[in-house]
Amino acid sequence: MESLVLLVPLSVAVVFLIGWVFWRALQGGQFDDLDRPGVDVLSDDE
Amino acid sequence: MVEAGRWRAPVLGAPRDFCCAGCEAVASTIAAAGFERYYETRSAPGQKPEELPALEALDDAAAQRQFAASAGPNERSATLILDRIRCPACLWLNERALRRLPGVLRADVNYATQRALVSWDPARTRLSDIVGAIRAVGYDAFPYDPQRQSAFDRDARRKALWQLFVAGFGAMQVMMYAFPAYVDEGVGTLSREAESLMRWASLLLTAPVIAFSCGPFFAGAWRELRRLHPGMDTPIALGIGAGFAASAWATVSGTGAVYFDSIAMLAFLLLGARYLELAVRQRAARSLDRLARWSPSFALRFDGATPKQVPIHELAAGDRILVPAGDRLPADGVVLEGCSGIDESLLTGEPVPLAKAPGSTVCAGTLNLEQPIVVRVERAGAQTRAAAIARLVERAAASKPRLVAAADRIAHALTYAVLAVALLAGLYWHDFWIAIAVLVAACPCALALASPVALTSAAGRLLGRGVAVTRGGALEGLAAATDIVLDKTGTLTAGRFAIARVQLLGEVAEDECFSLARALESSSRHPLARAFDSRDASAPVSGIANFAGQGVQAKAGGRRVRIGTEVFCRELVGAAPGLEFSDNVMTPVFLADERGWLAVFLLEDQPRETAGDAIDALRAAGLRVHLLSGDHPAAVAAVAARLGIEIRAGGASPQDKFDYVERLQREGRMVAMVGDGLNDTPVLARADASFAMGGGADAAQLQADFVLLGNSLGEIPRTFKLARLTMRIVRQNFGWALAYNTLALPLAAAGWIGPWEAAVGMAASSFIVVLNAMRVGAAGADGAGKESWKASSSSSPSPSPSYS
Repeated sequence: MESLVLLVPLSVAVVFLIGWVFWRALQGGQFDDLDRPGVDVLSDDE
Repeated sequence: MVEAGRWRAPVLGAPRDFCCAGCEAVASTIAAAGFERYYETRSAPGQKPEELPALEALDDAAAQRQFAASAGPNERSATLILDRIRCPACLWLNERALRRLPGVLRADVNYATQRALVSWDPARTRLSDIVGAIRAVGYDAFPYDPQRQSAFDRDARRKALWQLFVAGFGAMQVMMYAFPAYVDEGVGTLSREAESLMRWASLLLTAPVIAFSCGPFFAGAWRELRRLHPGMDTPIALGIGAGFAASAWATVSGTGAVYFDSIAMLAFLLLGARYLELAVRQRAARSLDRLARWSPSFALRFDGATPKQVPIHELAAGDRILVPAGDRLPADGVVLEGCSGIDESLLTGEPVPLAKAPGSTVCAGTLNLEQPIVVRVERAGAQTRAAAIARLVERAAASKPRLVAAADRIAHALTYAVLAVALLAGLYWHDFWIAIAVLVAACPCALALASPVALTSAAGRLLGRGVAVTRGGALEGLAAATDIVLDKTGTLTAGRFAIARVQLLGEVAEDECFSLARALESSSRHPLARAFDSRDASAPVSGIANFAGQGVQAKAGGRRVRIGTEVFCRELVGAAPGLEFSDNVMTPVFLADERGWLAVFLLEDQPRETAGDAIDALRAAGLRVHLLSGDHPAAVAAVAARLGIEIRAGGASPQDKFDYVERLQREGRMVAMVGDGLNDTPVLARADASFAMGGGADAAQLQADFVLLGNSLGEIPRTFKLARLTMRIVRQNFGWALAYNTLALPLAAAGWIGPWEAAVGMAASSFIVVLNAMRVGAAGADGAGKESWKASSSSSPSPSPSYS
């Protein structure tokens, strides 16, 4: 039970960390076009 | 902070970076309106746009040429992008605010595109006052501009995705903390400290979900309350806000129940449904936008001998411009020099390039494929054909079909009912959580959400195929049609004549007659002349002379030869041909020389290539097909027989056509009418749904529900099919949403539904309705979806969504 005192706050910190990573990806435009990458696989030219 | 390259616009002859999109837009507006001197003479830096009264720039005539059109001396109209629209109630508010202004003639707001179409009298009001009125009610507006719209769309999408992610991750993690408490229920092995720790962690993670992700719900509810017009955000915001507050209090005081997990999950699911809706809405709006979006921003204008790059809004009628191969045309005009192939698919949906030579007309937004051409501008800016079509489509998208208006009223009434029932149930049971469950479970979100999406998706797909939907109720009317009435000339036939029969009148052989006829007609532009394939005109003729409306004369082998009407040829021969050609089905063209009659060619007006298939498809869809024409009954019968149309009437005057349609309607039939849109306006207006052939004609003058921009008859059955699919989906959605609400309200009020079940039920109903509406955009890209014709013609309103 005592481990919870450490693990629960840690999990909260991890959630915020993941949130920050996602925010960076979003602002970098990674999610702006969700259609093209799917079609890109089908085209041959590199 | 100025980030290089992110927001950049040319000012004073060099690209400049700006701190934000707002400053960049202001600077661009200033530069575009010719006020760059401001930057040379100013003594202090400008204010940030939110503090800047930038509205006056909108009234500048040069700036307005870009986005506003004059519909008469006392009327101007423009499309405005509205910011911060969240729900149909926002639309209502904006429409009312605009319509109340003196001098505003019309104001229609479209939820799917988030745009307002405003017409005003420039003598009585100014555009800056109109935008000022929108700001005064808590929204913002700016003139429609494609680049701005895409930046706006992108930011909206990013923000929605970020809010969705925060809610999703918060919900997942909070669920983890809630799990021990659920497992421990009635067991009691969880220590008080551990439970308190879990609750505090849940509070910490739910707080950003409420404060950030649920921002749109709270902002929407606040606007609704301020106007005393509660919409779908009010119950949601009340439920989430009160639920969170009570749970937070329970955490701090250490007593009572917490429902952080339910609240976070509700926020996540609702935002998920709204994100989907946003994506579909933006996609639909983009396809409606193609016309405006694809016009270039610069043109090459000849000022003297060399072309110079000028912004497109400086173009005016009479300018000569150069259009390089691979560029889109910046304006409507006439080709002066050069021949090229032009891809008009943007306007007509027809991907085959059309050959253009000097004298041909070309349209803004079409793509020059092969050679550079020089074009004289006839219409520019908001006057082009593409802009006119865009306005028609915009008008249709902005007007509300009967069904949607009815749904809005029901949703509005339901909101009051939900608020009242929540209050009563809470008081009756003395249980705060039952009131929350009622608020959440019975919110009429699904009712208000999905039909605009389905209708706009349908309009966007149709435009991509060259069919412009120009009236709001058009799809509704078309889906119900039982009969289709076709006009002949200009609709089924396109004045494309072909030689049906040749009769020799003299001694000359058929081959020789043909080659003479071809050689003579090779110089003529008359529609009848096109029946003669003049490409291999080999007979040696000289001195060709055209006699307008009569025929052509030339010299061949030392003799004068004439081709044309009987009277024209008789002048040369001096006697009648000795045969009667008056069966009224075919048009005779005579060939004669000085010695006597040579031959008569009987020409027939050909049905369009697509006519046969289109009529078969319409009949297969269970429609009765009628042919109604002002032409001679014999000619009508000939075309009808060829296409297999059994019900036909010839020699009909416009009044006869009108009576014909009216008679059908009195018999209880729903009539769709196809005409050329110019000569049969009354009958098109009388029909329940109408199509006009729009190729070449001034699209804005066509009075019909649908305009076939590519003149392709094959689109009529496809439009039918899509209309039926769309209306079926809309009805399914209404049925589903109403059934869900009437079921959930009493259950929640009776206390049978807990907060988390309410959250799942409400979000699921929104999801189902949005997903169902998405089928309109997805069903068979070629228009041949999996729906069978029979099934669609016999469908009735069904209360359950099906994914057939």
